Order: sequence, then C-alpha cells, then structure tokens
Amino acid sequence: MLFAKASSPYMHDDSSVQSIMRKVLYALIPGSLAAIWFFGWGVLVNILIAAITCLAAEAWVLWLRKRDIRNTLLDGSALVTACLLALALPPLAPWWLTVIASLFAILVAKHLYGGLGFNPFNPAMVGYIVVMISFPREMTFWTAPVGIAHSELSFLDTLQIIFSGHTSTGIDFDSITMATPIDTLKTQLGLEHDVETTRQSTQYSPLFDTISGVGWQWVNAWFLLGGLWLAKHKIIDWRIPTSFLLALTLIANFFAVYDYASYSSALFHVFSGGTMLAAFFIATDPVSASTTPRGRWIYGAGIALLVYVIRSWGGYPDGIAFAVVLMNIAVPLIDYYTQPHTFGKPQK
Amino acid sequence: MAAEHLKITQDGLWNNNVALVQLLGLCPLLAVTGSFVNGLGLGLATMMTLILSNTCVSLIRHWTRPEVRIPIFVLIIASIVTTIELAMDAWFHELYMILGIFIPLIVTNCSIIARAEAFASRNPVVDSALDGFMMGLGFLLVLVTLGGLREIIGQGTLFANAHLMFGESARALELRFSDHYPGFLLAVLPPGAFMGLSLLIALKNSIGRRSKQQQTASLASAEPVNA
Repeated sequence: MLFAKASSPYMHDDSSVQSIMRKVLYALIPGSLAAIWFFGWGVLVNILIAAITCLAAEAWVLWLRKRDIRNTLLDGSALVTACLLALALPPLAPWWLTVIASLFAILVAKHLYGGLGFNPFNPAMVGYIVVMISFPREMTFWTAPVGIAHSELSFLDTLQIIFSGHTSTGIDFDSITMATPIDTLKTQLGLEHDVETTRQSTQYSPLFDTISGVGWQWVNAWFLLGGLWLAKHKIIDWRIPTSFLLALTLIANFFAVYDYASYSSALFHVFSGGTMLAAFFIATDPVSASTTPRGRWIYGAGIALLVYVIRSWGGYPDGIAFAVVLMNIAVPLIDYYTQPHTFGKPQK
Repeated sequence: MAAEHLKITQDGLWNNNVALVQLLGLCPLLAVTGSFVNGLGLGLATMMTLILSNTCVSLIRHWTRPEVRIPIFVLIIASIVTTIELAMDAWFHELYMILGIFIPLIVTNCSIIARAEAFASRNPVVDSALDGFMMGLGFLLVLVTLGGLREIIGQGTLFANAHLMFGESARALELRFSDHYPGFLLAVLPPGAFMGLSLLIALKNSIGRRSKQQQTASLASAEPVNA
C-alpha cells in the first residue's frame, strides 16, 4: 500500500550511496595525482591492487551472504575504502601487504560486522593497522620524493619491486627509499637533536624543504582542496575537519611555543603525514564517525589529540589510523551524550 | 552405562566444550596459545588437574556438607595444581618458565570448579574421572588447534620448541614452511588470539548448524515413509 506523503515542503535530495561515493572518488583525484607525481608509480600500482582485491573480496562476501552483488559493488564504497587504504600505504609496499590489508578491511572490518552502514570502525584504517602492526619493516618502504631521490624508478621497475622485491637493474633499496619527515624528526629527537638543527642539517634539509617536507606539503594541499570541494557540496560535514585541524593546530602550537626545540610547529603537523587525507576523507566516514553536531566537534578534536600524542610520544611513525579507530570506539558514547535537543520537548 | 559414557564424551569434546561453548578459562587460552607446544603444555596440565580434582571431589561427595563445599573444592584444586606445578618445574623446567604464571593460575580456571560443582559432586567416581578427562581433552584440543594455527600464520613454523616437552630428539619435529616467510605478527600478538578463537567458535557453530539442518532434513524426508 502506498501512502501519499505531502505536507511540509520536504526537500528531495536525490543523493545515493553511489553518487556520494563517486564524488568522494573525484575529490581524491588531485591529491592522488600529486602523490603519484611525488612518490612515483608505486602509489598507482597500490591503488590498482587494493581496488581489485577489495572489489573481489566484496563480491565474494556478498555472494556468500546471498546479497545483491551488482548494485553493492557499483555503489563504490569498496572502491573508496581501497583508495584510502592504498594512499595510506607506502608506495613500494610488496603486493601481498596491500592484498592482506585490503582483505582485512573488507572481510573483517566491513562484512563481519554486517556490511556498509554497520561497521563500527573505518575499514581502511583497520586494514592499515593490521599491516602496520604485523609488518613494521615493509611499512617503511616510502620512496624518496621526486626532487631529492637519487634515482628515479621507471614504471616497470616499480612493478618489479612491488611484485618480486628487487629489480633486474639492481637498484639499491636504500637509494630509493627514505624515512618520512615525521619519522625522521622522531628518530632525530630521540637522539637528543632538536627540531631546528635537524631541519637545517645538510643531511635532512632537502627533505624538510619549506614547510613540511618535499612532496608531503603538496600532497596535503591537494587533499585539502579536494576536501573543501566535498564540504562545499555537503558530502561531508564541515565540523569534523574543522575541529580536527583546529585542535591539531592549537595543541601543536601550545607545545611548540612551550618548547620550540623539541616540538615541531603546528604548520608542520597540519601539512605532513596523512593529516589532510584524515581530516577530510577518513575521519568523515559517514558510517563510523559521530553523527550529532556537538559530537562531531568532540570526535574531531579527540582524533587530533590522539594523533598529536602518538606522533610526539608514541612508538609508531604516524598516528592517524590508531587515532581514528580509537575515536570510532568512542562514537556511541559521544553520540549518546550529545543528542541534540528536539524541538517541542521540555529542556532538561 | 555405555550410553552415558558416550554422552559424557560427546559433551566434553564437542557439545559442551569448555573453550568453544562454555567460554571458560579464556585467560590462559588466549595468553599461552602463541605456539603449538605452549598450548599442549598448558592443555595437559589443565587436563591432569581436571581428572584429579573430579576424582577427588567425587570420592568425598557423600561426606562434603553443602555449606562448605566450595572451600573444600578450592582446597583440593589448589593442592592438585601446586603438585602439578612442582612436577612441571622439575621435569619440564624450560616450558614451565615459558608458561609462567599461567600454571598456578589453573587454580582460578572456572571450568575446573564448574565441573567439580556441576558434575563430580553428584556423580560416581568413574563417570567423574571420565568427565574430567573429556572436558580436559576438549580444552586441550582447542588450545593446540589455536596454538598451531597462530604459530603457522604468525611464524610460519609448526611444533617449534618441541624439545621443551619431548626431549632433545624432538628438535627435528619442527616444521618450517618457508625460509623467507616475513612473519604475520598480528597472529602472535593478543588480538590474533581473540580473532583466532572467535573464528574457531564461528566454525564450530556453523558445523553444528549444518548437521542440525541435515538431521531435520533427513527426519522430514523419512516421515512420509513412516506415515
């Protein structure tokens, strides 16, 4: 039986999962292109491996669960997970690492909990954490960004490294990989060097060029641009990225002012590592993020605090994935205490 | 009598398995199953405790007053565990060092006092001993399965350190599947234990459900013939 629904001028918004995910993918393009430009073909290869694995895993689980395979695959949510995961992984990660992370993301983090809309944790970040904990050595295979790399890898060399672990031309692994700026700074601070001398030293100054490192600042800037476009189209809520970036800036500034020698500047934190990708694409995941307006402020700020703590005092190079998943756990609690006041109900 | 023993066996190994159905004793189960041999060591110690405590509790069941039964059970179990602990320290010293606190902690394993209270205190000696053996064996099988799986996935080996239990000649038992296996640390770390156990429980449930479906299906197909 069909009831005609017509009273208030309800606005019809014809957005669907598919159109939202498509726009998210569009918004990822500029940042991804920048990442490919600076870190080489490995980024693209990772995206392809992750996409194929995620789609295949999703199709398999949907078949097992007797769900509609075609429509669910076409909604693009698995593809977005694959892209976010691949962009977070180091460009020269061996193929099996990307495959394991993708399988964990789709099979365990997404479908064991009931599929899209039921996953309490961000699937891409769960996949990332699994490989981060399990394969710490392989997770350091970051290529040196273009401009300061000793030798550049051709597409075929990259494929060969990812699929077999070495190249036929015998390029030394150490000449093409390099610690990320955040990692470098952490190591140097651990050796009792201060931030400024590390950034000025002849060994590391090329890496720390201008704001937050060659390549990294541009990749982050392009993700920021894509993210702003998403926020403008109301695909993502502006509160989470705003509160995340604002809180990260404030916390980083506080410590940088407090002790300039051993804490890097807020600008460095905001434009390095996965900050922008996290702010606009990972923390804003509609399923696992907080859903109330006030809750989103708390959620974003909580992630910022955890990211800063893990980056400054933790054992892992970047804390985005852990921070996001830890705050995902807190989401039901946050949402419970931040229910908006319903119009017409008496104020407590 | 035989039917009763069959039921005890089925309950212990499958239908009422300590680890997979009762979900008791999970702390040692999750903590020591990093490898097959560790699982086997703790499993055997727990099984011995279960057999002995069930036998003792069953022997004195007519003289135990219900008001004080729990302290009596605890005393019996604690003495047995202490004996086993000392014996392991003497004969399997290295394994004893690896299993560490989890051997004395067998005292607090709920499954042991649960069997004493629920079964041994109201059944004859032979049945109780069999129940202890089967419950212990069920627990042991889960321990070695989980330990074996975590060892294979985590380190790419099986039966590593077998000499800790079976003497020097058992060193050759160790299977190494690949020399270049990078190791899957997650399986060795505590989260791997939780995931592995949950997958085993899921597997058990799905097998149980499937056999139930088959039973009902065969009953349904048999009915018209009977009618």
